[in-house]
Amino acid sequence: MTATATRDRAGDDEQKDLTPEEAKASRKRSLTLLGELVSPVKGQFAVMAVMVVVAQLAVVAGPAIIAWGIDHGIPALAAGNSVPAIQAAALHIACAIVGGVLTYGYVKQSVVVGQRMLLALRRKVFRFTQRQDLEFHERYTSGRIVSRQTSDMEALRELLDSGVNIMVGSFLSMVFTIVLIVAMDWVTGVVMLLMLVPCLLLTLWFQRRSSVEYRAIRTHSARLIVHFVEAMAGIRAVKAFRKEDRNQERFDTLAMDYRNASLRSIQVFGIYQPSLRVLANVTIAAVLVVGGFRVLSGDLQVGVLVALVLYSRRFFQPVDEIANFYNAFQSAVAALEKIANLLAEQPHVKESDAPTPLPQSSGRIDFEDVSFRYTPQGPLVLRPMDLHIPAGQTVALVGQTGAGKSTVAKLISRFYDPTEGSVKLDGVDLRDISMKDLTRNIVMVTQEAYLFSGTVADNIALGRPGASREEIEAAAKAIGADSFIEQLPYGYDTDVNKRGGRVSAGQRQLISFARAFLADPRVLILDEATSSLDIPSERMVQEGLTKLLGHRTSLIIAHRLTTVMIADRVLVVHGGEVVEDGSPQELVAAGGRFAALHQAWQDSL
Amino acid sequence: MLGTMSRLWQTVRPIRFRLYLGLLSALTASLVALGIPQVLEVVVNRLHVGAASATVWTGGAVVLALGLVEAALIWLRRVFAVAPSTLVEKDIRVRFYAKTQHMPVSFHDGWGSGQLLSRMMSDINTIRRWIAFGMIMLVTTSVTIVVGMVLLVRSSWLLALIFFLAAVPVTVIAYRFHREFSVLSRLSQDQNGDLATTIEQSVQGIRVLKAFGRGPSALEGFTEQAEELRRTEVRKATSMARFDMFMFMLPELALGIALFVGLHLVAGGSISVGQLASYFATATLVVGPVRMLGMLFGQMVNASTALDRHYEVMDEENTITSPESPVAVDTSAARGAVSFEGVHFRYEDAPGHVKDVLDGVDLEIRPGETMALVGVTGSGKSTLLQLVPRLYEVTEGRVRIDGVDVRDLALPDLRTLTAVAFEDATLFSDSVRDNVLLGADPALSDEAAEELLHLALRTADATYAYELPDGVDTRIGEEGMSLSGGQRQRLALARAIAARPAVLLLDDPLSALDTRTEETVTGRLREVLEGTTTLIVAHRTSTVALADRVALLDGGTVVAVGTHTELMASSARYRWVIANQEEETRRDQDIEALTGELDLREIQRAQEAQEARDTREAADGPPGSEGTSTSETEPEAAR
Repeated sequence: MTATATRDRAGDDEQKDLTPEEAKASRKRSLTLLGELVSPVKGQFAVMAVMVVVAQLAVVAGPAIIAWGIDHGIPALAAGNSVPAIQAAALHIACAIVGGVLTYGYVKQSVVVGQRMLLALRRKVFRFTQRQDLEFHERYTSGRIVSRQTSDMEALRELLDSGVNIMVGSFLSMVFTIVLIVAMDWVTGVVMLLMLVPCLLLTLWFQRRSSVEYRAIRTHSARLIVHFVEAMAGIRAVKAFRKEDRNQERFDTLAMDYRNASLRSIQVFGIYQPSLRVLANVTIAAVLVVGGFRVLSGDLQVGVLVALVLYSRRFFQPVDEIANFYNAFQSAVAALEKIANLLAEQPHVKESDAPTPLPQSSGRIDFEDVSFRYTPQGPLVLRPMDLHIPAGQTVALVGQTGAGKSTVAKLISRFYDPTEGSVKLDGVDLRDISMKDLTRNIVMVTQEAYLFSGTVADNIALGRPGASREEIEAAAKAIGADSFIEQLPYGYDTDVNKRGGRVSAGQRQLISFARAFLADPRVLILDEATSSLDIPSERMVQEGLTKLLGHRTSLIIAHRLTTVMIADRVLVVHGGEVVEDGSPQELVAAGGRFAALHQAWQDSL
Repeated sequence: MLGTMSRLWQTVRPIRFRLYLGLLSALTASLVALGIPQVLEVVVNRLHVGAASATVWTGGAVVLALGLVEAALIWLRRVFAVAPSTLVEKDIRVRFYAKTQHMPVSFHDGWGSGQLLSRMMSDINTIRRWIAFGMIMLVTTSVTIVVGMVLLVRSSWLLALIFFLAAVPVTVIAYRFHREFSVLSRLSQDQNGDLATTIEQSVQGIRVLKAFGRGPSALEGFTEQAEELRRTEVRKATSMARFDMFMFMLPELALGIALFVGLHLVAGGSISVGQLASYFATATLVVGPVRMLGMLFGQMVNASTALDRHYEVMDEENTITSPESPVAVDTSAARGAVSFEGVHFRYEDAPGHVKDVLDGVDLEIRPGETMALVGVTGSGKSTLLQLVPRLYEVTEGRVRIDGVDVRDLALPDLRTLTAVAFEDATLFSDSVRDNVLLGADPALSDEAAEELLHLALRTADATYAYELPDGVDTRIGEEGMSLSGGQRQRLALARAIAARPAVLLLDDPLSALDTRTEETVTGRLREVLEGTTTLIVAHRTSTVALADRVALLDGGTVVAVGTHTELMASSARYRWVIANQEEETRRDQDIEALTGELDLREIQRAQEAQEARDTREAADGPPGSEGTSTSETEPEAAR
C-alpha cells in the first residue's frame, strides 16, 4: 500500500498542488537535507563567519580612526608633533589591508564551502538515481532528473555563492547595533523592537507566498527542461513529421508559464522588499520624533539623539541584503524540496547493509520457490518456481512475449527482487550480495545497445573500467568486431557521437558484445536482439555470440532456433511457468510444445 | 564584450523606454536616500538651538515622506524594469528554441544536448538578470560615484586627486581581472553544459549501466567532471575575491593617505576642519558604490559570456532551409517518382582521408514502386533515406521528387510528401493516438482520423495498443521507455503510415518483428499503400522478395538494380549479401513466430492443416505458408 502511495506522489510530484500539511512536510524534508549538507562543513562556515566579522570591524573602524585623527592629529600637528597623524594614517591603512585580505578570504571561502556542498549533493543525487530500479526510470523521466541536477542545483548555488557572507555580516551588524542602541537608551530600543513585530509578520507573509511561487517556478522550469530534452533527443522525428510548429507552440506556453511563475515570485519579493524599506523608514522617523520630544523635555542629550538616529539608520542598512538573502533562501529551499522528494523515493531493490562477500563465483544459479508480480495488486507474472542452473550451463529461454522469460532474466540480474522466494548465486541469496560483487559476476546484455558519447574504445571499456588498450582490442577481436572498428575513420578512437548516430545497429550490437566479453562475468544473460542485421553481419554476430557464451553460465532469451539449438538446456516458459525443461534433443523427443516448434521449423527449412 | 553588450542593447530595444524609467527610479531613489541624512542634520541643528515641537513633527514627517518615496521608487524600479525583462527573457528563450529546432540534424549530432540545455536555461536566466538588475545598477552606481567625485573635488582638489589616483591601479587590475575572469566564466558555463550531457546520458543509458553494474564507475566519471567544475568555480571565486579585495583595499588605502595629507593641510591652514570632515563624509559614501561596481563588473563578465554562448548558437548558419521561392506542389497529387542523381554525401566533420559515405549514387524509383535497399551494415542505406526529406543534405548531386529538386521545395511540403520510420523508433511522451497521428493531415475529421488510426495500427501490427490500460489514449512515457523495442517500432511504423505520404521511407522498420509478422505487415503495407512509392532498407529475402525492385548499395554507390530474381542470377555480391541459400535465412527463423504456433489450439489447427495439406501435397506443389494465416489471427499477447 505504502509503496503505491509513494509512487503516486512521486509520479505527480511535478504537477500537484500541495496541501498545507504536505507543503509543511515537504519544506521540513528540504530543511533537513540542507542541514545534512551543512553539517560536514560547519567548521568552515564558522571560519568564514569569523572572517566576515573581523572584516566588518575593519570597515566600521575606518570612520572612527578618521574621527580620532581629526580630534587628536590636528592639535598635535599644530604643536609640531606628527606622531598621532602618522599613527592614524597607518592604522587606517592597516585596517584597509586587513579588511581587504579578509574580504578575499571570505569571498573565496564562501564559494569553496558552497561548492563542496554542491559537489556532495550532486554526487548524492547521481548515486541515488543510478541505484533506482528501472521501474523508477520508466516513470521519472530523464528530463526531470536533468532538471534536478541542473536548474535546481543552480538555485542552491546562488544561495551559497552570494548569500552567506552577506547574511552573517548583515545579521551581526544588526545585532551589534541593536545592542548598542539598547545600551544607550532603552526607550529607543523598545521603539525599535516594537517595529520588529510588523517586520516579522511581513516576513512570515513573504515566506508563505514565496514558497508557493518558488515551488511553481521549480515545477515550470522542470517541465520546460523535460520538453526541451525530449524534443532535442528526438529531433529527427520532429523534423520528419513536421512537429516543429506544434513543439514551438507548446514550448511557448511552457516558457510563458515559467515566465509568469518567475514574475509572480519577483512581484512577491517586489512587495516584500519595499515594504521592509517603508517599515525601516517609519522606524527612523519614529525614533526621531520620540527622541526629539525627549530632547525638548530634557530627558535626552542632543548628541545622544544624533547617535541614536544614525544607529537606527545603520540598523536598517542591511535590510535589503537580508531580504535578498531570504529570497535566495526561499528559492533554494523550493529547489531542495524537489531534490529531497526525489531522494525520498524508496528503491524497490535495495543493497544489503551487511553483504555476504562473494569474491569468486562458480556461476550456479538457483531459483527457490520464486514468484513475482510487478505491483502488490498486479497479477502474478511468475508462478512459484524452482529452477537450478549448474555452473557453466547454457540455457535458452523460449516462450511468447509476456510469458515471463524476461522476468526470469531480470530477476537474475536483480533489476527486480522476487515477490516471494529467493534467487541464489552459488547458494547465496542475491539480496545478500553487494551490488559490486553481483555485477562483477552477472552481466546482462540488453537488446538496445546504448552507446555513450566517447570513443569506441571507451564504450567497450565500459565492460571493465581500467582495461588496457590491448585488452579492449583483444575483446573486440574475440567477438569479431575488430574488422569494422578498424575501418572507422579513427579506428578505436572514433567518436561514436550522439546516440551512436554514426554506427549502425549491427555494429552497436557487436560493440555491446565486446563490452560484455571484456567484463568477463561468470553468468551472462543475453536478451538476443531480434534480427536487424544484414546476413553477413548476422553471421558475424552469431559467431561473436558463440564466443561470448564460452564456458560461462549463460541464460539466453532466445529469438532464433539456431541459437536455441546450441544451448545445453531449453526452458519453455508459458503463462509464468516453466512448462518444459530439458536439452533440445530431449524436448524434441518428448513431443511437447518445443517439439511442435521444432517441427514447424524443420518444415520451413 | 562591448560588441556583445551593444548587441544585447539591440535585443532589448522594445523595452528600452521602460528600462530608462527603471533607471530614473533607481537614480531618484538613491538621491532621496541621500536626502534623509540632510533632513536629520537640519532637525538636530535646530534642536541644538532649542526648537518647538513643530520642528520635531515636521522633521519626522519629512523623514517619513522621504522614506515612503524611497520605497515607492524602489518598487517602481522593479515594476518598470523587471516585468518587461522577464518578457524579453521569454522571447529570447523561445527564439533560441526555434533556432535549435530548425537547425539540421547534423548540428544536433555535433552539440551535446546538455550544452544546448544549459544555454536554454541558465545562460538566459543570467542574461535576464543582467538586463533587469545589472545594467541599471551599473549606471546608478557609476552616477553615484561620479557625483561623489565631484563633491570630493569641491572639498579639496588635492585630497580628491589622491582618491582618484587609486583609480589608476584599479583600471589595470580590472583589465587583468576581466581577461582572467571571462576565460574562467566561459569554462565554468561550458563545463556545466558538459555535466548536463553526462547526467542525461547516465539516465538514458541506465539499462546498460545497470546491466554492467557500472553505476559506481559512472559515478566516478561524473564526480570527476563535477569536481572539475568545482575547481573552476573555486578558481573563478579566487579571481573574483582578489578583485574584490583590491576594490575594497585601494580606496581605503587612498583614504589613509588622504588622512595623513589632510591632517597636514588642516594644520598648515590650507583647508578647514569642516572641509576635511565633509571630504571624508563624502568619501565614505563613495566607497560602498566602488565595491558594488566591482561586483557588477563581475556580473557583467558573466552575462557577456552567457551572451557569447547564446549568440554562438544563434549565429550558426542553418544550411537546410526552405528556398526563397519554393516550387509550389500539390502534395495530395504527387506521383512520388524519386531519383538520385550523382548523389554524394560526407559528414562535415569527417577527416580528409575518409571516403564519402555516399560516393555517387544514381537511382530511379518509379511512382508507386517499392524499392528495397540492400547492402552490408554501414554501406550508407540509412543515410541515403535521410537525404530525401533533407534530414541531411547532399554534398554533391541532387535528389528529386517528381522531377523537382528537394532543395527547391518548401520544407513543410517536402516533409508532407515524405514520411520516415526510423530504425531506432523515437516516440514522444504523448498518447498513442497523438504519436501515431503525428504526421497525419490535421484537417481530417475526428471520424476519419479515428479510422486512419485504426488502419495504421492494424497495418503495422500494433493493435496491442488497444489492450493498453487506457487504450490508444494511454500516454507512453518519454521515448516510450515502458514499451518493448518491437512495440515501439511498430508504433513508429504506424506513424509513418498514418502520414499518408507520397514517398514512404522505411529504415528497417521491421527489424524487431519476426519474419512471419514482417511478411504479414509487408503484405498489408502493399495493400494499404497502393500507389505509394516506398523505399525500404531490407535485410531479409522475405522482404526483398516482396519489393518490386532491389538496389544493391556497395562502397557508397548503387552497384546493381533489378528484381530479386534478376540480381540473384546476375550479381555474386548480391548473393553474398542477401545469403545465397534460402535455407540459411530459414535457419535464422525467428522463434516468436514459431512460438505463436505453440499455442495448443494453434498446434492442433496447424496439424489439421498439415494433414489436409499432406493429402493435397501428394497431388501438387511445394509446402505452402499456412503460418501466415495463423499469425495473422493470433492476438498480440499484451503485457
